[in-house]
Amino acid sequence: MIAALAVDRLSISRGVRRLFEGQSLRLAAGEAVMLSGANGVGKTSLLRAVAGLLRPDAGTVTFTGADGATLDPDEARADHLHLAGHHDGLKTQRRAEEEFAFWADWFGGAAEHRAAAIDAFDLRPLLALDVRVLSAGQRRRLALARLRAAPRPLWLLDEPLAPLDAHWRSVLAAEMSAHLARGGMILAAAHDPLPIPCRVAEIAA
Amino acid sequence: MSALLALFRRELALAWGRGGGPLNTLAFFVGTAALLPLAVGAEPRRLAAVATGAAFAALALASLLSLERMFERDFEDGGLDLLVLAGPSLYAASAAKAFAQWTANGLPLALLSPVIAAMLGASWTLAPLIAVSALLTGLAMTFIGGAGAALALGARRGGLLLVVIVLPLYAPPVILGSGAVEALSNGLPWTSPLLFLAAYALAAIALAPFAMAAACRNAVS
Repeated sequence: MIAALAVDRLSISRGVRRLFEGQSLRLAAGEAVMLSGANGVGKTSLLRAVAGLLRPDAGTVTFTGADGATLDPDEARADHLHLAGHHDGLKTQRRAEEEFAFWADWFGGAAEHRAAAIDAFDLRPLLALDVRVLSAGQRRRLALARLRAAPRPLWLLDEPLAPLDAHWRSVLAAEMSAHLARGGMILAAAHDPLPIPCRVAEIAA
Repeated sequence: MSALLALFRRELALAWGRGGGPLNTLAFFVGTAALLPLAVGAEPRRLAAVATGAAFAALALASLLSLERMFERDFEDGGLDLLVLAGPSLYAASAAKAFAQWTANGLPLALLSPVIAAMLGASWTLAPLIAVSALLTGLAMTFIGGAGAALALGARRGGLLLVVIVLPLYAPPVILGSGAVEALSNGLPWTSPLLFLAAYALAAIALAPFAMAAACRNAVS
């Protein structure tokens, strides 16, 4: 279990362009941090660097366990972290039900958590439909349901609210609050303020 | 259900989903083989002499067809990020994807190849050996092709790049597979080319997933 995340003096480039330098942040159990900054400043890249998909030019990402010991970063990422962004990994030609079940299998979600996820995001009316016919908001709900179907302590969210309507924003806010109350952590890139108490980390080039 | 089995079944479902991808591959195989009599003339003796060789060349081309999409769809929709990030090791995931690709495309092609060879005039007594050689050839080609597909991710005209990367590596299985069948039809010992082919296929199965995993990691970064 990850109980704290430390990002120290992280520098990231895309191609020849340096996005940002010396970015640090701390996240402890039960906390949420919102990454803010202009378009293209590197919010998504920072999330991908924390997830280990992107190798930073300099700086470190450290995961600490509940007992205060530093965790092996590969294991911590593989077992204790969710990344949810614009690219949701859903195949348009498959049924919502099949895609939900596949990703729940992939992340190792137990049956009772899957049922809770389906209820929380009210997926039942969508399950029989092809992903292709879902609206952007419905598709986001289907993707976000993974967070609930396979509980993991650290959520990395990229613009989680963007396509959701007011009702589903409040549902997601409740899910996020419950996750924090359970000792989870949220690192979210967003332009609109997150609907939960959080610190704001400004990223600047 | 275990994650790898779930991935294997999803890949199969995607391959056989709308559009019936493998059917196109089979039609391509039949079509290429049918061009041979038009090109060299339909005289049975002349055709029979090149039947197995032509069938293996057509098999190599047909197995290239669907490789391009093996990782590309996942790369485009972000699924590859999640395959890299979580779940079983990327080596195992790559191997599961390649096995699914082979089950959907290589297996039907292998089962069709004795029919194609017979259509071109090869003897039916060769059919079992042709099928076994085509199975092994297809396995080697799918795994090597998967590594090529992962390397070509993100490149413009990736399909063409993929063909250029993998075709040289398709030479040994074509030589060994058609060599075993030729040897049998001439009454020569045919086991050693078949064993070499099996060794090549096993090496591809063991090693290519390392290349696929490394290339996928590189593509998502």
